[in-house]
Amino acid sequence: MSDPSIEIRCRVNGEDVELSGHPMTRLLDALRRQLHLTGTKEGCGEGECGACSVMLDGRLVNSCLVPLVHAEGAAIMTIEGVADGERLHAVQQAFIEYGAAQCGICTPGMVLAAVDLLQRSPHPTEADIRAGLSGNLCRCTGYMRIFEAVVAACVAAPGRPGSSDTGARQ
Amino acid sequence: MRSYLPHYELRAPKDMTQILGLLAEGEWRPFAGGTDLMVLFESGKLARGKYVSLWGLKELSGIEVTPDAVTLGALTTYTDVLAHRVLQSEFPLLCRAAAETGGLATQNRGTLGGNIANASPAADSPPALLIYDAQLELISVRGTRQVPYDRFHTGYKRMDLRPDEIIRSLTLPRGRGPWRQTYRKVGTRRAQAISKVCFAAAADMDGAIVRDIRIALGSVAPVVTRCVRAEDAVRGRRVDAKALETARRALAEDIAPIDDLRSTAEYRLRVAGNLLLQFLSEHTS
Amino acid sequence: MFIGQPIPRREARAKVTGHARYLDDLSMPGMLHGVTVRSPVSRGILRDIQYSPDIPWDEFTVVTAADIPGRNVVALIEDDQPCLADGRVNHAEEPILLLAHRDPSWLEEARRGISFEIDPLPPVYSIEDALSGREIVWGADNIFKTYLVTRGDVDAAFEEPDAIVIEGDYETGAQEQLYIEPNAMLALARGDDGITVWGSMQCPYYVHKALMTLFDLPGEKIRIVQMETGGGFGGKEEYPSIIAGHAALLSWKSGRPVKLVYDRAEDMAATTKRHPSQTHHRTAVSRDGRLLAVDIDFVIDGGAYATLSPVVLSRGTIHAAGPYFCPNVRVQGRAVATSVPPHGAFRGFGAPQSLFALERHMDRVAAAVGLAPDELRRRNFIETGQTSAVGQVMHDPIDMAALLDRALELAGYREKRARFDAANRASAVKRGIGLAAFMHGAGFTGSGEDHLASIVTVEATRDGRVRVLTSSTEIGQGTNTVFAQIAADALDVGIDQIEVVQPDTSVVPNSGPTVASRTCMVVGRLVESAALTLLATLKGAALQATDFAGACREYTDRFGPLRGSAQYQAPPGLRWDDERYQGDAYGTYGWAVYVAEVSVDTLTCEIRVDDFVAVQEVGRVINPVLAKGQIEGGVAQGIGWALFEQVAWREGRMANAQMTNYIIPTSMDLPPIRVVFEERPYAYGPGGAKGIGELPMDGPAPAIANAVAHATGADVARIPIIPESLMQLLERAVV
Repeated sequence: MSDPSIEIRCRVNGEDVELSGHPMTRLLDALRRQLHLTGTKEGCGEGECGACSVMLDGRLVNSCLVPLVHAEGAAIMTIEGVADGERLHAVQQAFIEYGAAQCGICTPGMVLAAVDLLQRSPHPTEADIRAGLSGNLCRCTGYMRIFEAVVAACVAAPGRPGSSDTGARQ
Repeated sequence: MRSYLPHYELRAPKDMTQILGLLAEGEWRPFAGGTDLMVLFESGKLARGKYVSLWGLKELSGIEVTPDAVTLGALTTYTDVLAHRVLQSEFPLLCRAAAETGGLATQNRGTLGGNIANASPAADSPPALLIYDAQLELISVRGTRQVPYDRFHTGYKRMDLRPDEIIRSLTLPRGRGPWRQTYRKVGTRRAQAISKVCFAAAADMDGAIVRDIRIALGSVAPVVTRCVRAEDAVRGRRVDAKALETARRALAEDIAPIDDLRSTAEYRLRVAGNLLLQFLSEHTS
Repeated sequence: MFIGQPIPRREARAKVTGHARYLDDLSMPGMLHGVTVRSPVSRGILRDIQYSPDIPWDEFTVVTAADIPGRNVVALIEDDQPCLADGRVNHAEEPILLLAHRDPSWLEEARRGISFEIDPLPPVYSIEDALSGREIVWGADNIFKTYLVTRGDVDAAFEEPDAIVIEGDYETGAQEQLYIEPNAMLALARGDDGITVWGSMQCPYYVHKALMTLFDLPGEKIRIVQMETGGGFGGKEEYPSIIAGHAALLSWKSGRPVKLVYDRAEDMAATTKRHPSQTHHRTAVSRDGRLLAVDIDFVIDGGAYATLSPVVLSRGTIHAAGPYFCPNVRVQGRAVATSVPPHGAFRGFGAPQSLFALERHMDRVAAAVGLAPDELRRRNFIETGQTSAVGQVMHDPIDMAALLDRALELAGYREKRARFDAANRASAVKRGIGLAAFMHGAGFTGSGEDHLASIVTVEATRDGRVRVLTSSTEIGQGTNTVFAQIAADALDVGIDQIEVVQPDTSVVPNSGPTVASRTCMVVGRLVESAALTLLATLKGAALQATDFAGACREYTDRFGPLRGSAQYQAPPGLRWDDERYQGDAYGTYGWAVYVAEVSVDTLTCEIRVDDFVAVQEVGRVINPVLAKGQIEGGVAQGIGWALFEQVAWREGRMANAQMTNYIIPTSMDLPPIRVVFEERPYAYGPGGAKGIGELPMDGPAPAIANAVAHATGADVARIPIIPESLMQLLERAVV
């Protein structure tokens, strides 16, 4: 069987980039190994834990399940793109203040899921938050500090995303 | 990640004709959102070979509403389902199923067509599709054909889908009227769960009499199943204690639950019966 | 004053921006990837290794037991476990062969190209089978260790005429730690320069010791560096010695850096889990509810090799009689060998298992005597000055009754119990409320801390920056932050002046492992002492400067490097007899009462925890946000263990080694968890703090089991209480 390597163009955290490799390369691996954006983590490789979450064309996806060929022309945001330079997103600020990160391995995915949730639903109830984060597994926290952080982030910056290019408009 | 990449090919032509052409060659298999196939791929269990990506094809996307029906493109994601007003108001069980499929990230990428073609007996949407008398349109280089969804799955992981065909759309007939409806997925946990029993039912009630009814169950047989014996046992009858017992016994004939990693045959049988009886009892007022 | 303040975790910014560096984020030029090829069968004689002719094996680095330069042993307690199987396999997933290659994808293909010819031997898959002696798989009798704790005269007490005797059997299943970051190591073995391994781990010096043995190298030639670690919970206590050894062997043989990262399925199937347990309780109680005799037979399944089973057994045995006073106690503890991957450390370490049995049993004892569950506890709580089952006179100021009152009040226990009893009759959803009372010893058992003889060093640079050097690892529990708070307060400087140095065995002294609820209490106290020693040195040097930075500059210029060290000294009066297993088992204990409220849908037997109250006395709360996080996280793991997490064993292998099929709670499955701390300062903890890391693991399972029993009348005796099991229990009750 031939090795049909492809090259694709997409936009990652606001910058135009080229990614290459086998078309079935996991987007997770392309981000981590080619762009050295190691903030996106592998926790399970089966789309269950959400540690690999990124935003793809404005939607939260598990990057371990996205083949490279599907990233052609896409706008992608990883955890590295959430803050606006040195200015942290309200969610990140709240995570720090409320102790929402313990070991931190689920944190990048959890922050993205929370950012996505607040964009879709600026004033979520606790039930909304529990449902919105249900695809991101945490083993350390029991989720309590995370809920408090998300509630605090709504109050701090209602409906305002942090990064300039989340891909949401594409 | 257990697979050896060179054993696979994945192409993404933008053109429907090209895609159907590849499928007609015989070696290519369709690849939609990847939420099933990539999981197999990572565990080293995806069959080696050639895959053609359908993702993004407009011919397979979109939800069209006419006075008689709602037609959903095969690439409709669960998120698309949840965002659609007509589906929310007229086909609530499908929306319940979509909301309970995986987590948000899965709902953003998983497609109805991919889910149907994956043919898992534990899939969440199929029971709702059976309740709503869904029709599938299949397409290949040879043209299109319609298959009623309740005749599509012919056995465990077997379906009325030829190697060169893909699902193009699903059509849900409108205008059924105010049937009582319920959907309940009993899973291993409250989110991101594979179902142990997936129950969907809709009934047209006249007081305590069942004018018409649909009952569908997932995870209790090799395929998602319309429970016709249970339906026949109560259709046209008054729901009373005797009818409930008859219904439970008839249901046991419709399904064939097994022991597996997630649950037991005994549990599935009991729970399926309990959910059916609850539905019937609740809607006799 | 930083102690007591909710200082944000110091690595928080790095963690929320994706800049924290975990092992798999590391790369080196020329790096190879490694994989482990494992036995597919439980037990047998390894006759041959077959290499597929389709793979160009000369491209690969191949390592077997024959390549091990030192001793083929994972140095821990018994030294019975080989690093690579040699001639025999004793459990499925046992590592036999290692491969390395530059291309991780090709490596997977090569892994599939290896097969083994193994002549099977009969395996042992249960505690019963192990104890029957039908097939001996370890030692002379399949028993890793036995302990016998006795106090008073249990047999005589059972003979007392008015004694009511209640017996019961309780079972807990294996539990996978499921840290979200799988095990991962990167090794660089450089001929005469020695070996460096970076990795995800809890105990750098355990890995250090293991590699010394494996390579027959002196300590100075081995350097272990802990990277940011994505969860451990005990699962990265002893296991890392194996994966580090494997990565190092591949690097040794190939001459290149080698990264070895497990995928989730391998990590779940092959690495350690919580020991399954079976406990038999036989209790004699007086008519007015006073414990007369407690007779416990506690058995844990250790899997194929000893690993830490003797120590897990020790803690489980010592905690088995719980926070109660009884003049006549007998606890027999045994750890047995079976033919499954060895079980190992998991938060709680034997105590959750024995406390589950005890606290579930206490509810049944209460019912037998006609007392409410809380009243039975109240009549038997151990008090300050009384002697425990192992003969420890409890000097801790204990007030379990107050904790009980507080927990019951917060949970609305009495009112709910009555309300649920009335409403359940007519409802398909049954509600219940249950409690558990317990304690957890902090630090290593008995003389363990003396043997560890932990050391901490605190250094000050010329410009007044402070470096805290310990081998304690940050694994999410807050080590770095808490140590900074303690050091800053001891030195009376700003917290930003404190650096907690990354644990690197070439830099930091051996402060012992990050386990056993000892990090804040024992090592934190040493941080405090070392800092105070440094301060005393400064103060004793007749310096002109009045500020800390100025004094450091002056001292360094006049005298040289400024540092303070402290080594563990047992608190005065602590005595432990290893032979008779008697004495002061732990310097202090955390004390707790937890209450769980559940609802059970009788149509499906699904159980939901609706509310959870956790009240504990912990000495001193160093950081309220971190401490709360520890309790909440431990409760979540306890809920998982009680209701969801089940290992599906098929012929000695974990058949559900996927996150899809091994079920941990999502955000939708957990209740609000309400945490309350009481503080009675412990004289030998930093600022008065006791250890709390494991405490929250002990309470949830029995509280939930008791709540489910209250809701449904089901005589729950095993966990996990999955709906299928509950359905069977309820059917049995009706018949």
